[in-house]
Amino acid sequence: MIDGQIRQILKEHARLAIDLAALDDAADLYQAGMTSHASVNVMLALEGNFDVEFPDRMLKRKVFESVDSIRQALSELMAN
Amino acid sequence: MTNAKISPFVAIARSIGAEVAGVHATAVDRDARFPSESIKALKEHRMLSAYVPKSLGGGGATLGELVLACEALSQHCTSTAMIFAMHQIQVISILRHASDSPWFLEYIRDLVANQNLIASVTSEVGVGGEMRSSVCGLQWEGQSFKLIKHATTISYGAQADDLLVTSRCTPDGPASDQVLSLVRKADYTLEQQGVWDTMGMRGTCSPPFKLTATGKKDQVISTPFAAIASETMVPVSHLLWAGCWLGIAGAAVNKARAFVRMQGRARPGSIPPTALRLAEVASELHMLRASVDSVLREYEYLIAAEGGSADELSSMPYALKINNLKVAGSRKLPEIVSQALLICGIMGYKNDSKFSMSRHLRDAHSGALMVGNDRILATNSSMLLVLKDE
Ligand SMILES: Cc1cc2nc3c(=O)[nH]c(=O)nc-3n(C[C@H](O)[C@H](O)[C@H](O)COP(=O)(O)OP(=O)(O)OC[C@H]3O[C@@H](n4cnc5c(N)ncnc54)[C@H](O)[C@@H]3O)c2cc1C
Repeated sequence: MIDGQIRQILKEHARLAIDLAALDDAADLYQAGMTSHASVNVMLALEGNFDVEFPDRMLKRKVFESVDSIRQALSELMAN
Repeated sequence: MTNAKISPFVAIARSIGAEVAGVHATAVDRDARFPSESIKALKEHRMLSAYVPKSLGGGGATLGELVLACEALSQHCTSTAMIFAMHQIQVISILRHASDSPWFLEYIRDLVANQNLIASVTSEVGVGGEMRSSVCGLQWEGQSFKLIKHATTISYGAQADDLLVTSRCTPDGPASDQVLSLVRKADYTLEQQGVWDTMGMRGTCSPPFKLTATGKKDQVISTPFAAIASETMVPVSHLLWAGCWLGIAGAAVNKARAFVRMQGRARPGSIPPTALRLAEVASELHMLRASVDSVLREYEYLIAAEGGSADELSSMPYALKINNLKVAGSRKLPEIVSQALLICGIMGYKNDSKFSMSRHLRDAHSGALMVGNDRILATNSSMLLVLKDE
């Protein structure tokens, strides 16, 4: 379920150059065309949707580079 | 300078600055010509491979030493200093991201032996100063590529030996999925598309060019440009540019100091009114120097640390800091030079006076637009929507 929401947010905000549905969970979103600017919008939408705040230490490329890495970061925050 | 022991690189930069760059600075500025004498001297002293590790035949300089070398050159000729800075940025990017590649290792050896000067081709017609976006892409045929790039500004493009160029991985890939390739003089042509007749930084000779280049797969750095930019190119650029800016500010303030001393000596016993303004501008210069020092120290600490440093360097809190150095420094610089001009009064305003501020002030204004400050502030403002703590 969480994956579906992540993908919906990416669809609305990541502004990928290719179809998100064609990407697997491990695929690199930056290579798929997500700009740094678009990644901020993704972060904001994730924070709003899941009612979490990414601490500054999580605000690095690696954390937002794939559906997998985003899911992992969200699970860590929601477990607390 | 409080350093007990002066770095040999800084000592060389000082002497080339005073004895070569300074001698030709007025002509370089007036004629908007390449400072060939000082670049030749830098090559002769093997300064173009200063940062290359000793194990590869280079000088083994630290980034801090290069910042001071830029400052020393810039006191006398900022165009020379900026050319030196831009070349070092290219060398450092190669060393930090491609030194596991046999082709690039061979290239570095060649650079050490021949003191090749590398120019940077990031800006492009259609994207302006947005370094993280390219219109052009590598056109592949087997293991070989062809690239055509309409570059808005290539400093010393005509004088460089080699070019480091950003592009998309392929012509129809995403604009932000970029790579960095080194193309060699024998394999490219540059068609100049306009002139370089600017307010300042005239000796950098940076007109627009149409670049047509060919190369092999080995010449493309395998690390994505996104990582090279955030971990190395942006922080190193901002620090070395800041070194050049400190040189301009230092030269201007030194003239103001000499002027105030001259006034003081004319009437011993009374403090000239300009001394108050001098005290003020000296404190501004100290602030600028302190901010460069603190960012430099953190960068050197992060690259020296094993492991997580790349992560840290590509983090938002770090990007914000390194961008703040650029924006704050380039805003402060023309203020400092303008203050120094007011202190010297008409003697600073005259072009034929030893207190002339003209070149310093004109050069100083380039800082804010070498990647527009508003563009950088726009990036910062977007990051501040998610960054939480100071
Ligand atoms: C001395 C000198 C040497 C240079 N050497 C080189 C070189 O060797 N190689 C190279 O590739 N480039 C070089 N450049 C180019 C430089 O790096 C920039 O790319 C260029 O100066 C930016 O050009 P621009 O002002 O036309 O473009 P833009 O970046 O398009 O900016 C135009 C204006 O729009 C503003 N702006 C842009 N985006 C935004 C935004 N999102 N929000 C708010 N405002 C925005 C900017 O602040 C600016 O005021 C050099 C520049 C100088 C001054």
